[in-house]
Amino acid sequence: MKRVNLKTRLFGTTFTFKDVKEILAKANEIKSGDVLAGIAAANAAERIAAKRVLSQLTLEDLRNNPVVPPEEDEVTRIIDGDVNEAIYRAVKNWSVAELREYILATTTGNDELQRLSRGLTAEMIAAAAKLMSNLDLVLGASKIKNIAHCNTAIGLPGRLAARLQPNHPSDGVDGILASTREGLSYGVGDAVIGLNPVDDTLPAVIRSLENLCGFVEEWQIPTQVCVLAHITTQLKALQKGAPIHLFFQSIAGTEAGNKAFGISASILGEANDAALKEGRATGPNVMYFETGQGSELSAEAHHGADQVTLEARCYGLARHYRPFLVNTVVGFIGPEYLYDTRQVTRAGLEDHFMGKLTGLPMGVDACYTNHMKADQNDIENLATLLTAAGCTYFMGIPMGDDVMLNYQCTSFHDIPTLREIFGLRPLPAFEAWLEKMGIYENGRLTARAGDATIFTR
Amino acid sequence: MALEDNIRIIVEQVLAEMAAGNSRPGPAPAVAAEAPPAADADDLAKIDLQRYLQVPSPVNRPLYEEMKLATPARIGVWRCGSRPLTDTWLRFRADHAVAQDSVLGEVPEELPAKYDMVAVKTMCADKDEYLTRPDLGRKLDAEGLAAIRERCRKGAAVQVIVADGLSSKAVEANIANLLPAMLQGLESMGIQTGTTVFVRHARVAVMDVIGEELKPEAAIILIGERPGLGTAESMSAYMGYNPRIGMVESERTVVSNIHKGGMPAAEAGAHLATILKKILDAKASGVNI
Repeated sequence: MKRVNLKTRLFGTTFTFKDVKEILAKANEIKSGDVLAGIAAANAAERIAAKRVLSQLTLEDLRNNPVVPPEEDEVTRIIDGDVNEAIYRAVKNWSVAELREYILATTTGNDELQRLSRGLTAEMIAAAAKLMSNLDLVLGASKIKNIAHCNTAIGLPGRLAARLQPNHPSDGVDGILASTREGLSYGVGDAVIGLNPVDDTLPAVIRSLENLCGFVEEWQIPTQVCVLAHITTQLKALQKGAPIHLFFQSIAGTEAGNKAFGISASILGEANDAALKEGRATGPNVMYFETGQGSELSAEAHHGADQVTLEARCYGLARHYRPFLVNTVVGFIGPEYLYDTRQVTRAGLEDHFMGKLTGLPMGVDACYTNHMKADQNDIENLATLLTAAGCTYFMGIPMGDDVMLNYQCTSFHDIPTLREIFGLRPLPAFEAWLEKMGIYENGRLTARAGDATIFTR
Repeated sequence: MALEDNIRIIVEQVLAEMAAGNSRPGPAPAVAAEAPPAADADDLAKIDLQRYLQVPSPVNRPLYEEMKLATPARIGVWRCGSRPLTDTWLRFRADHAVAQDSVLGEVPEELPAKYDMVAVKTMCADKDEYLTRPDLGRKLDAEGLAAIRERCRKGAAVQVIVADGLSSKAVEANIANLLPAMLQGLESMGIQTGTTVFVRHARVAVMDVIGEELKPEAAIILIGERPGLGTAESMSAYMGYNPRIGMVESERTVVSNIHKGGMPAAEAGAHLATILKKILDAKASGVNI
């Protein structure tokens, strides 16, 4: 294997790094999680020196030096195995600087990036993100359109979708349907109507699936339904004949991290096969994954790697199952991993860009907890930047206040607002339904919108 | 006597004593219990959101009212264009403001002395470091260790610890009722307590360090929870038998949701006293009990 250059000079000082993993970590913009893990750059100058060394590494250097060795980790093996070798051979001698500049070039568009994507590993995608400014991340992502189809199509140009998240502190059926009606009356729910259950037991999950599906069928809503229980519980629900459109699961960027979530690649594969074989959706995309920087460190499964690279590996793993939805839950984990608004904003833009370049219909749960230095204004800022970046979908919650998970994110109101500002529309089939219900007209809310009781017989 | 009976009797005793102004030394409640109704009429935070429907002419008003009672979610709020109405937005910001002030605020310097607590702090220099370095929030600084060694009684049956955790307001709101109720409850069962310690910028596991120093039979830490949007004053209690460094989380018995909308402080104090009795009797805590 060829030797990798591990040093550079900056302001007359020589900076030397131990290995590629250390370069990747120190090249990150500052994140409290990397500081907590003890792998962040010691100071701003060292951070820039690491970026410079990283910019000169080749894509081959990165493929040959994954942050977790393939012998120890199935995520590394899956990502490496999915690389298209012909495309990889054409770019393996590029430096990371050249990769960044190719992505940003005026002559590079969606087709070129779709092709490039299939030749890249997570470490290469993360490396490009580390060299990019926030505006670079917005521009790069905005070029990429990743389309997927479950019951309806998502990721189409000119469209902004939303997950309707009707959570309730005790999974009360009437409360869940109350929030569902309210969200639909704001034009929210085209990505999925997705409930986080309090009670993860099988009867409770089946009951929520049946209630939500019953409502969707009664009102003939062109969307998909998901109850975000553990994937093994959803599998059992499917075996019992419950209506499953999409299988949800939180995933991590290492095998050990996934083990902490109680899953493995084989469980994900089994679920994907089962949903295609026995599920109620049209397909072919029937998986829904959530991710978020810091989850591997939190599970002590980070192998000394930084949280941006590990996040990119989540997307590499997700791609293997051709999902319908993937979103990062970017401010949920707490200030030990993403300290404040600045870090959450950066992470949201990185995650969205990396997901898009991996080929995913990438959405973002732009959010914050009450022990973070962030507020609703900050999350509105992030959602606006992400809409400019072509984000596939956001969350929609009553006034952004999740009464079950106790955190705040984008609201039912924010979705039509972002569509209005950027001239975007709901997903086509859903928009037609909204027009039929008198909620939307010419891409805007009607006078009738915002009244949940229009769903009364 | 069954433990459940104990709880009931102790709660009654403590509540009666408190009503008679006979409780342990403590300040009067900071906020008057009964504000004049006229002053409340304009208080945005006092609006009962579940009974406040803002949609001007809904298709089905009775159904909407029913729907609002079925969930604490902020529905039926209406809009100006696609944006929320001003009062809805300001109430949301108010609920977040009180949560954030509670996380970032500090327990007043003079509070520990009012309750005869020895005040110490962890290795976190300030709130910022506390939020980002959970490891430092589990260790006492040198001064704190020295204070514990010099000023606290060793080998008590129960060591009581009070900590700010993620909510300074939880300490301020609950301690005046919780601490006396619990201490009296323990006393009435003949259980000896050590010198109560207050720890600033603390995580739950600071209990292990204090346990290692003072060697009590059992310890309890009363600590502020991460605030939600409507509940900034919630407190949790973690209890452990033979508290020591290296103790695992599953060895702790936990009671959470202590606040006036959940389990009220005085009642919680009595309840915790009986749980501690159970832990001492079983010589175990958490999953081992």
